[in-house]
Amino acid sequence: MTVSILHRICGNALAFAGGILFTWWLVAAATGAGAYDAFYHLVVSARPGDGLEAVTNVLARIVAIGLTWTFFQHMFSGIRHFVLDTGAGYELRVNRIGAIATIVCSIAVTALIWACIFLARH
Amino acid sequence: MGTGTGIGRVRGLGSAKHGALHWWHQRLTAAGNLLLVTWFVISLFLLPSYDRATVFDWLASPWVAVALVVMTFNVFWHIRLGVQVFIEDYVHADGPRIAALVALNFYTVGAGALAIFSILRIAFGGVPA
Repeated sequence: MTVSILHRICGNALAFAGGILFTWWLVAAATGAGAYDAFYHLVVSARPGDGLEAVTNVLARIVAIGLTWTFFQHMFSGIRHFVLDTGAGYELRVNRIGAIATIVCSIAVTALIWACIFLARH
Repeated sequence: MGTGTGIGRVRGLGSAKHGALHWWHQRLTAAGNLLLVTWFVISLFLLPSYDRATVFDWLASPWVAVALVVMTFNVFWHIRLGVQVFIEDYVHADGPRIAALVALNFYTVGAGALAIFSILRIAFGGVPA
């Protein structure tokens, strides 16, 4: 139940937040150096002394971590749906373990990825 | 055939013959995304930096550019199908539902086209440094 609703919430978050961020990134890159600089400084790395960019950087980092978890939650939950589509995994105990596994796996992979990113930087 | 309840009016007519194809395309694009978006996430993770020169170098490879175009098409198609189901399940009034479905189609086709055009423009070297 919870995982099914999470699947829809995560799918919608990826569809709009993920889709818009992805398209903005590519369109900015294809538009020119100025457009990409704006994206880069707002999202990836602020220029020293720019308060607005420092704030949007932190927000972008939260969105990026959020979308990483959202993606893996939707992915593992989607894999679970493939298994359920075959007619398998409906026994209460197995079904419950599968649902919990999607959340454990998505949190573990997200933590691993962002730990690597933060450790590589510091 | 009744004229009262919704179920009464459609009972006995059989399926609209479109549901199975929608369901199948949702699974087909899901399988494609499982491969393509996983590749994309790993690639982003492995890029040494996200400055423009690095991104352009990465996109210059035909393998990367074609995979990214296919991924973009697949992702926005999957979004269109998935959010459509979401809208149909939760927006019950006809007007808002149709408006939401039209907006969804405009968004997915528009954003998808913009992203694919941008990838190709970079890949073909059409962007001034």
